[in-house]
Amino acid sequence: METLSVIWFLLVVVLLAVYVVLDGFDFGVGILSLFRKDDNEKRIYMNSIGPIWDGNEVWLIAGGGSIFAAFPLVYATAFSGFYLAIYLLLLALFMRAVSFEFRSKSESPVYRKIWDFSFGIGSLLPALLLGVAFGNIMRGLPLNENKVFTGSFFELLNPYSVLIGLLSLIAFTMHGAIYLTHKTDGELKDTNEKIATKLWMVVVVLYLAATVATLFVSPFLFIGLTKNIIFWVLFVALLASIAMIPVSLKAKNNKNAFIFSSVMLASMFGISAVSLFPRLIPSVTNLDYSLTIMNTSSSTGTLTAMLIIALVGMPFVAVYTIWIYRIFKGKTVLTKESY
Amino acid sequence: MDVELLSRIQFAVTVGFHFLFPPISIGLALMLTVVEYQGWKKNDEEYVRLGKFFSKILAITFAVGVASGLVMVLQFGTNWARYSAFVGDVFGAPLAAEAVFAFFLESTFLGLYLFGRNKVSKGVHWFSILMVFVGSLISAFFIIVANSWQQTPAGFGIQNLTTGALLSQDEISKMIQLGKGFDPATHRAVLTDFFAALFNASTLPRFFHTVLAAFITGAFALTGVSAYLVLKNKSVEVAKKGVKLGVIFGFIFSILQLFPVGHEHAKQVAHTQPEKFAATQGLYTSETGAPIMIFAYPVSSPPPELKAKIEIPGMLSWLAFGDFNAKIRGLNEFPPENIPPLWMTFVSYHNMVALGMFFIFVTLLGVIQLKRKKLYDSKKLLKIFMWSIPLPVIACQFGWVAAEVGRQPWIVYGLLRTKDSFTNTVSLTEVWISFILFAIVYIVMTFAYLWLIFKEIKHGPEPAEIINEGKEVTV
Repeated sequence: METLSVIWFLLVVVLLAVYVVLDGFDFGVGILSLFRKDDNEKRIYMNSIGPIWDGNEVWLIAGGGSIFAAFPLVYATAFSGFYLAIYLLLLALFMRAVSFEFRSKSESPVYRKIWDFSFGIGSLLPALLLGVAFGNIMRGLPLNENKVFTGSFFELLNPYSVLIGLLSLIAFTMHGAIYLTHKTDGELKDTNEKIATKLWMVVVVLYLAATVATLFVSPFLFIGLTKNIIFWVLFVALLASIAMIPVSLKAKNNKNAFIFSSVMLASMFGISAVSLFPRLIPSVTNLDYSLTIMNTSSSTGTLTAMLIIALVGMPFVAVYTIWIYRIFKGKTVLTKESY
Repeated sequence: MDVELLSRIQFAVTVGFHFLFPPISIGLALMLTVVEYQGWKKNDEEYVRLGKFFSKILAITFAVGVASGLVMVLQFGTNWARYSAFVGDVFGAPLAAEAVFAFFLESTFLGLYLFGRNKVSKGVHWFSILMVFVGSLISAFFIIVANSWQQTPAGFGIQNLTTGALLSQDEISKMIQLGKGFDPATHRAVLTDFFAALFNASTLPRFFHTVLAAFITGAFALTGVSAYLVLKNKSVEVAKKGVKLGVIFGFIFSILQLFPVGHEHAKQVAHTQPEKFAATQGLYTSETGAPIMIFAYPVSSPPPELKAKIEIPGMLSWLAFGDFNAKIRGLNEFPPENIPPLWMTFVSYHNMVALGMFFIFVTLLGVIQLKRKKLYDSKKLLKIFMWSIPLPVIACQFGWVAAEVGRQPWIVYGLLRTKDSFTNTVSLTEVWISFILFAIVYIVMTFAYLWLIFKEIKHGPEPAEIINEGKEVTV
């Protein structure tokens, strides 16, 4: 029971970390497309993620689904607690998902503007909201002794969580800009290199601010952290990747820059997860009321069955996802099939 | 209006909207697997054009299906938290399997199928649509596993949350006989036998029934849209191939749906959910040699009765239990608090069956005309096919209503009542906000979807030379 719960905590973190890395640049590209005026440029942005965004979003479903399956009480508590925020997120993801198919199906400028806006805002809102939601988890939710959420929608918009939301928003945008330096040429590539370098500085400042704020808001997250070897591995990875992003960008090595920004996002997320462990949702009312991997996990049978499913299925997913990424590698060129 | 009712309406609207799209995309994915195979193996340009044309419809349908599906899944957590907590241990495994084995496969390979036509070999490109189809089938399987478990739970135990102990089989049976259901605050279901839960009594009958319904939907979409093109004299040679394939497959699927698939499913319901069976058949009092209703108008006001009946005596007993004189339990044998809403269950079930019969009839006509080599000149029949495009989708909705309304008042048959499973920590205002928000989205999306699909259909298949153009066409 113990070991299986720990394994599933780890798997959920891995699934969500992959999601953050993959949909992170999707969101970034969408956000950056808001700042392009030219129709063809907007299309290049959208098509740079055209064949792959849908597969990327599945990682969210896989992550969410495994929380439902492995820690049902977390799913029930968090999702009903974040009620309106979840619906806002869903609305954004919904409009974004359909904007791909709809956007270029008419020449009308107004029509295209509507769907460009859906695509852009549909990327910006999730990038922000996912951060705000995660900030609330880091901060802890008001949970009573029955593990029931007792807060309200507006309490979710507290300064700390908004700070984390800004961090995720800017970090995803930087990640997207770096992805675009890889997928575009000429002026667009130069612009995105500049944007990425500038946003990198903002990310560093926000991350420092967030760390300090966490010390004050959720000091319990730091207890025992420095004794954890995984923390140190992630911490070194984080520092190294943060340092290497501007170096790679300067050296025009876009591929490396993208790898480093991916590592940065994954290790940021990983460090937060390590500090939360074994809690999944701390309770601010009383830490003892927290949802942990012990008091929320599914039965041994379910966890075992799911582990087998994951071990059998995920290697295939990894193989064909990488294979298809390779097919679509290279600069984005608009063709008859493009969105 | 209270939180429970509004949450139910919201869920019904969400699933109802979502369920418009998967039958189309599953069915079209199958049809496209066939079409693209012909294009590849026979090196037939017309099939390639047909495939490319329908792939656009698939892409739009798939996108709306995915977007609305996400809303559906998250709603378990937002509006049905007590249900999620109760069934999570059982329900989670099939959902996780669906994500791992199906969602990744469909979404990833759909990207390759839509954008890879000129990037990979024809064989690999065909493989990509095959994987989309296989992925959609696996997806259908696991979601039906989860839903079937709600109809006929198996392979589970009940855990007392305070003590952590599992209830004995006797205690569970006693609780079920008591007919009140468990309280999700004190008990939850846990998985004890994965395969028994996976292949519970209704999984396979419902899986075959549902995917066949999707295949019929795909075949009718292929036939109807192609028929329109023939009527409008657009890319006629391409369209004729679509009509032909669609009619033949549509006929085969429609027949199989009646027998053995639909029949087996009905038999299973008669054995495992007698209240639901009685409600779909309008059997208000127990009868030996029960008749089957061809037509009737149900009146719910107590006592419920059927008006304007047309019936075949003994038929229902024979179909359900293989004996013209078998006794079938009517609703009078069940406590009133365990009876599903009658009118909706009866009417939607019978409309579904009527539509199913119509599908057999109209595709039979199509096959006959095809055999006589007169199909493409039968303007009237082609028009009927064109207007029939939405009918399988409507039949799917009827079938779903019959299945899910017929399960009420249970959310998990015999174990958990719907009234004990909605999220009771969310305010009515919050549910109104989400409901109105998404009701608007669904209305707008329905129009946008239809507008886009009509636009694609009117545009018709691309001429051959555009498809053959090289990789780097800058537009």
